[in-house]
Amino acid sequence: MEHLFTNIAQILTSWMVSLGLPPIWADLILLIGQWTIIVVIVTLNVIVLVWLERKISGFIQERLGPNRLGPFGAFQTIADAMKLLTKEDIIPSQADRWIFMTAPMLFIVIAVMLYAVLPLGQGMEVVDLNVGLFYFISLGSLSTICLLMAGWGSNNKWSLLGAMRSVAQMISYEIPLAFSLLGVVMLAGSLNLSEIVTAQNRYWFILLQPVAFLTYFIAATAELNRGPFDMPEAEQELTAGAYTEYTGMRWALFFLAEYTNLVAVSALAATLFFGGGQGPWLPSWLWIIIKTYLIMLVFMWMKWTFPRIRMDHLMSFSWKVLIPVSLANILITGLGIEFFRGMGW
Amino acid sequence: MVLNEADTRDGSSDVEQLEKHNIIVTTLEKIWNWSRARSFWPLSYGCNCCPIEMMASGAARFDIARYGYEVFRASPRQADLLIVAGPITLKMAPVVKRVYEQMPSPKWVLAMGNCATSGGPFRDGYSILPGADTLFKVDIFVPGCPPRPEALFHGLLELKKKVERGDY
Repeated sequence: MEHLFTNIAQILTSWMVSLGLPPIWADLILLIGQWTIIVVIVTLNVIVLVWLERKISGFIQERLGPNRLGPFGAFQTIADAMKLLTKEDIIPSQADRWIFMTAPMLFIVIAVMLYAVLPLGQGMEVVDLNVGLFYFISLGSLSTICLLMAGWGSNNKWSLLGAMRSVAQMISYEIPLAFSLLGVVMLAGSLNLSEIVTAQNRYWFILLQPVAFLTYFIAATAELNRGPFDMPEAEQELTAGAYTEYTGMRWALFFLAEYTNLVAVSALAATLFFGGGQGPWLPSWLWIIIKTYLIMLVFMWMKWTFPRIRMDHLMSFSWKVLIPVSLANILITGLGIEFFRGMGW
Repeated sequence: MVLNEADTRDGSSDVEQLEKHNIIVTTLEKIWNWSRARSFWPLSYGCNCCPIEMMASGAARFDIARYGYEVFRASPRQADLLIVAGPITLKMAPVVKRVYEQMPSPKWVLAMGNCATSGGPFRDGYSILPGADTLFKVDIFVPGCPPRPEALFHGLLELKKKVERGDY
């Protein structure tokens, strides 16, 4: 079971080579296949996640959540998705047409691109990039531009306000996010995600870097625009923030991308702090799914438990608390590494 | 597929014969209506007493989420169902009308409470519209002053049947 998917990939490659295909073409076809599988799984997973979120919000508020359609209301999201497909597609006449139309597409493309470097099991990353973590963080910050495009292109005051807020928020939380991951990189001595997983052979990095994990978790919530930091689409203040003018499928694409980002960020947390695919008995790809889902449940728990913070509190929390804490964490990690090396461990 | 002689003898229609062979004939519209009827995302408009009942229907005791109708959207662009829960004053009428026009079709309107159905106690007032149907087509009227959450659910489920029939 451990090498199920890698074996399938190997068999397919050798079969294509035996048909007389040059190896580079076989690799390319395999790469396209892997991408298709990732896109399909990500999309189907979002259907499950939206249902899970609605159920969990129900349970937290002492409600039942959707339960009429299918077992435990499991088909509710399918009905929603089909309805969104058939809604009228409105592009406001005063909108900046091209920017308005490309923003959701770019958002989902960037979100799916994050999965290129994530090791979804032992030896199961699409690209084994040696600067994988760097790639992940730099792509993650690109999604700010999409939100800004959506806000500017809509030509709506709520959209623009929401987009401006999201840019301010994402730029200030980008810094503690990257700093908190530096401690892990110092311990592992690599930016390659699968090497970071192997570095956690003896103990998971959550034990050595609890402060870094906490900082990462808070900063990632802000990066994802999830509650309690869902400033950009604060319904009571901004209607629907940057998404105000989007209808039907275009809006659904934003939603899809947000959940895709959530899965990617949780998978990165599982990879960096919880030993990735390492665990007893079960195969590695199953372990990473379990860990990712557990971390996502904590994200949802947080969203439905805490009220939204005010914008100025949000900014001062990042600059006055998170950044100093993550900087101190780097210093202490460096001192600790030197100290233990001096002790000869 | 070739139909049997025996199938055509009992005078059943072509569609019924196909169903005997486990082939279900449908139109795409039926599938869309199935999904539309199960996911109304409401946009609420109200004054004071009907919205309180509407909020109660979203909360723990009644839980509108069981039917999957709990996604109250603040932006009309993402809503399907306009719940008019309150009297429409002449000053407010153009605004409600505009919000209705901003919603993407297919869209529905539910008039909740006596004020929205007929003007209620303010019917003869100089500044109140006698019912939401003077402004736009209303699909379901839910009477009551204010209607209880159960009445709102009944209205929503009747609307669901109506949409499933494709009768809108």
